[in-house]
Amino acid sequence: MGTPITVKGIREGVLITLGTDEVPNLLARLAELVESREAFFRGGKVALQVDELKLTADDVASLCQVFEQRGVTVWAVIGTDPSTQAAARKLDLETSFPLPTPQQAPEAADIPELAFGTGILIQRTMRSGQSVSHIGHVLVIGDVNPGAEVMAGGDVIVWGHLRGIVHAGAMGDEERSVCALDLSPTQLRIGNHIARPPEGRRRSREVRPERAYVSNGQIVAERWT
Amino acid sequence: MGARVITITSGKGGVGKTTATANLSVALAMRGQRVVSIDADIGLRNLDVVMGLENRIVYDLVDVVEGRCRLRQAMVRDKRLSELYLLPAAQTRDKNSVEPEQMVQICQELRPDFDFILVDSPAGIEQGFRNAIAPADEAIIVTTPEVSAVRDADRIIGLIEAAGKETMRLLINRLRPDMVRREDMLSIDDVLDVLAIDLLGVIPEDEQIIVSTNRGHPLVLDGRNRAGQAYNNVASRILGEDVPFMSFERESLVNRVKRLLNLER
Repeated sequence: MGTPITVKGIREGVLITLGTDEVPNLLARLAELVESREAFFRGGKVALQVDELKLTADDVASLCQVFEQRGVTVWAVIGTDPSTQAAARKLDLETSFPLPTPQQAPEAADIPELAFGTGILIQRTMRSGQSVSHIGHVLVIGDVNPGAEVMAGGDVIVWGHLRGIVHAGAMGDEERSVCALDLSPTQLRIGNHIARPPEGRRRSREVRPERAYVSNGQIVAERWT
Repeated sequence: MGARVITITSGKGGVGKTTATANLSVALAMRGQRVVSIDADIGLRNLDVVMGLENRIVYDLVDVVEGRCRLRQAMVRDKRLSELYLLPAAQTRDKNSVEPEQMVQICQELRPDFDFILVDSPAGIEQGFRNAIAPADEAIIVTTPEVSAVRDADRIIGLIEAAGKETMRLLINRLRPDMVRREDMLSIDDVLDVLAIDLLGVIPEDEQIIVSTNRGHPLVLDGRNRAGQAYNNVASRILGEDVPFMSFERESLVNRVKRLLNLER
């Protein structure tokens, strides 16, 4: 058994770290990963972090195929081994992240935000039974009614009442957050954490914008000021 | 021209679709409209019972669809109003015996001869619902002021929106103003806050409804009763009249005395 495959959002998009394992095993585990979260990955772009793994051009091609077959584009294979880098270049893939230009760098430092390559905007109320799932951020302009589900690899922002089930950082990223004008979900999940609203809370609560995030190992919600 | 086809649906069972279909079809017929009500709840038919017409059924919707009789032969004329007809469901079959396209065809055949076609939808979101909503020009969503009913109504509204039918109005049934005051029941605003569609009417809880459905004598025939009046108002609104909503604020005697004596908080 190899080390776990991890998925993260970085400035350049989604980064999948393969860890150490035999290539055939990696192919199988990657296929399983993408298939289990098909709705997330579809239409997205990923970069593969292979560290010291030694890969031939065939290996790289097979790895990419796992993704291409499921509608996902691989744009980079990042590794330290020179033959892996050569193999990647042969297939027209990037082998490193673009360095920020001198003008860019100060901006990057000021705004340490993560981009996911794509985000989606939903401009209507989501009704019970409807669900949306996306690898990046999800923005809803409208309500998310009880019985509706929003799942995002990135952040979730609801410009309305959030009363359904929400999962931000659904690929395991704890650093994400959920914002809403009225944060009243039936269940709130960030990364691998799950939170329920306090019992017995009803009309007495005033409706105000809040942001939920993980702090010290648990989900907290604070008023947006 | 031709009839308006209105499907009455809810998602949740037992919230009052059949009662509403019966009362609204009678109320519209009482106003001189030519009405046919169709029971789309195949296998669990009830509209005939609630309208008091179960003894007059010879053929049903499935007989029509399977070609054993002509459409007119299956239509039961109401025993009280000559311009009101019922197309009953079959009791010994199930909802897979009819397809949505067949429902559309039947309604197309009926449109020239009627002003209103009311379709009583079964509960659920499966074939029965799909059959009932297929021919609809408009939908009336029935809900009670309960969290579970509202949840199901929201699902149904989502499905109808997705089917491209935009004309939907809400009927809130079985409201108990005393419970709403005590905050033990959702208020009209609570319900509208989630469902966000136009309100067609509110029917208060009334024991007489049970009596009327058991007897097969729709309440609107009686004019005096509050729930009957509410259904009559809904029929008027369906005809485009602007009828104000009934007030549900009935001050109790104790509160009135308190208020007069300046003792109320």
